[in-house]
Amino acid sequence: MSGESRILEGYVSLPYKWAMGAATTRFFEELKNKKIMGTKCPKCNRVLIPARSFCSHCFEKIDEWKEVSQEGTLRTWCTVNFSYEGQPKEPPYILGIIDLDGADVGLPHFVGGVDLDDFEEAAKKVHIGGRVRAVWKENRTGNILDIDYFQPVE
Amino acid sequence: MGHAVAIIGTGQTHCGKRTDVSYPELIYEAVSRAFEDSGLSPDDIEAVVSGSMPPAMEGVNNPHLYWADAMGAGGKPLIRIATCGSTGISLAHAGFYHVSSGLFDLVLVVGAEKMYEGNPQGVMATVADPFFQRPFLAGAPGIFALQSNEWAHRYGLEEKRVRMAAAELSVRNHTDALDNPYAHIKVKIAVEDVLKSRVIAYPVRILDVCPASDGACAVIMASERMVRKMGAKPAWIRGVGYCGEEAFFGEGDKVVWQAAINAAKTAYKQAGITDPRKEIDVAEVYNPFTFQEMLFYECFGFCDFGQACELVEKGVVMRGGDLPCDPSGGVLCTNPIGATGLQRAAEIALQVTNKAGDHQIPGASTGLTHAMGGLDQFNGIMIISNSL
Repeated sequence: MSGESRILEGYVSLPYKWAMGAATTRFFEELKNKKIMGTKCPKCNRVLIPARSFCSHCFEKIDEWKEVSQEGTLRTWCTVNFSYEGQPKEPPYILGIIDLDGADVGLPHFVGGVDLDDFEEAAKKVHIGGRVRAVWKENRTGNILDIDYFQPVE
Repeated sequence: MGHAVAIIGTGQTHCGKRTDVSYPELIYEAVSRAFEDSGLSPDDIEAVVSGSMPPAMEGVNNPHLYWADAMGAGGKPLIRIATCGSTGISLAHAGFYHVSSGLFDLVLVVGAEKMYEGNPQGVMATVADPFFQRPFLAGAPGIFALQSNEWAHRYGLEEKRVRMAAAELSVRNHTDALDNPYAHIKVKIAVEDVLKSRVIAYPVRILDVCPASDGACAVIMASERMVRKMGAKPAWIRGVGYCGEEAFFGEGDKVVWQAAINAAKTAYKQAGITDPRKEIDVAEVYNPFTFQEMLFYECFGFCDFGQACELVEKGVVMRGGDLPCDPSGGVLCTNPIGATGLQRAAEIALQVTNKAGDHQIPGASTGLTHAMGGLDQFNGIMIISNSL
């Protein structure tokens, strides 16, 4: 078939209501109190964050809660310089995976408190293996963004 | 391993911005070419396996219902598979399972995507869970930039060296894509262009990143009995390996990446491969990001861990080298995601049957095909050879 192919424009926008379960609900409640809580698997003894109700390796149910440190080591990082639909903040910003002391799982979050206008300077402060600490939002509403970002510490 | 299975026909669409055809028409184009290549017709096919990204990509849910006629699927079992980036290799594996089980002699496998119809990054942002990972790991380049940085740091690789190797890979892909009639991005670039291109997610630059494409790929798989009966030119599937890992990105080690290592090991064992560097003639390594391709070389045993840059620097993975990778131009130049992994398998089938045209690797008899997907979570491998 040859000839013109026109475009039909449309939109799909759907609301959702996501049930968190008890482990995530408590994890978020604790964030309001500036506490980062994990759960400890009775079989492999790993402390998992965010808190889970079952172990990703052992398939065991988990009931034991453990607070982990608000400070940890930066496993890796990158900048985000591009825009996309649903983005949580204006680029550029820094992402990191943070290995908090006392946790056996890395936490993806923002790395902040550094000036990205001078990339060379920022890269001196933000580096793999460097120490970072949670900086909290003033108004905490019980979600993962109650931690504003993780800031490099000397 | 079950019964022997061969790829006996492939069909790819021209890829790019395909506003000239509807989604089913795009699929019809790929499927028709697979029939033409194999000499078969829809009546010969006993089952259809199809797949794509999350349907929000095109705004039509359960799209295989919509695609059915374009795949000649009426009156046949039809399923749809979705594992994100690895969808195409999952499709190839599922087609293999259908025939290897002995239940079907001829199966049509189809992967498709029309990424210009929606908002690809916005859709991919909804792949991560809504509670913990979505704000951080949405947008594919960020995830792979995290992985790249960790890889380079783990082995103490000098940034300048890694950057140069990545740039050379980008140039290799863009150059090779010029010889692939179905490739999307067809521009001549030089190493300097890559090094100077805009940063997307440090250290990843725009020319280190794949495009979003419209495209479809179809592959026909046959039992040994049917291959003999038809006198077809078979590309035999000698080994398949697939491995996934935890849903939470921060759990697994993405440098010494067990999902990739295990997928390769399983496929090598089935294919009887003990020295991949020597025994594999050509590879289509899933490479949406230049850095990640190097990490895969290590996980697949093409070299030791931390040594991938050397394979680029010595030209091993270039056309003319010992182990040419992605002579099609790879994912880096063509990426209709639901089809991308299947294109890798189709390309290797073409290579080992000496049908790859201008990008043929002379004398290639055994090849590796790979795709990666999930939230940097799944890896699948298929070893394809011109002999059983």
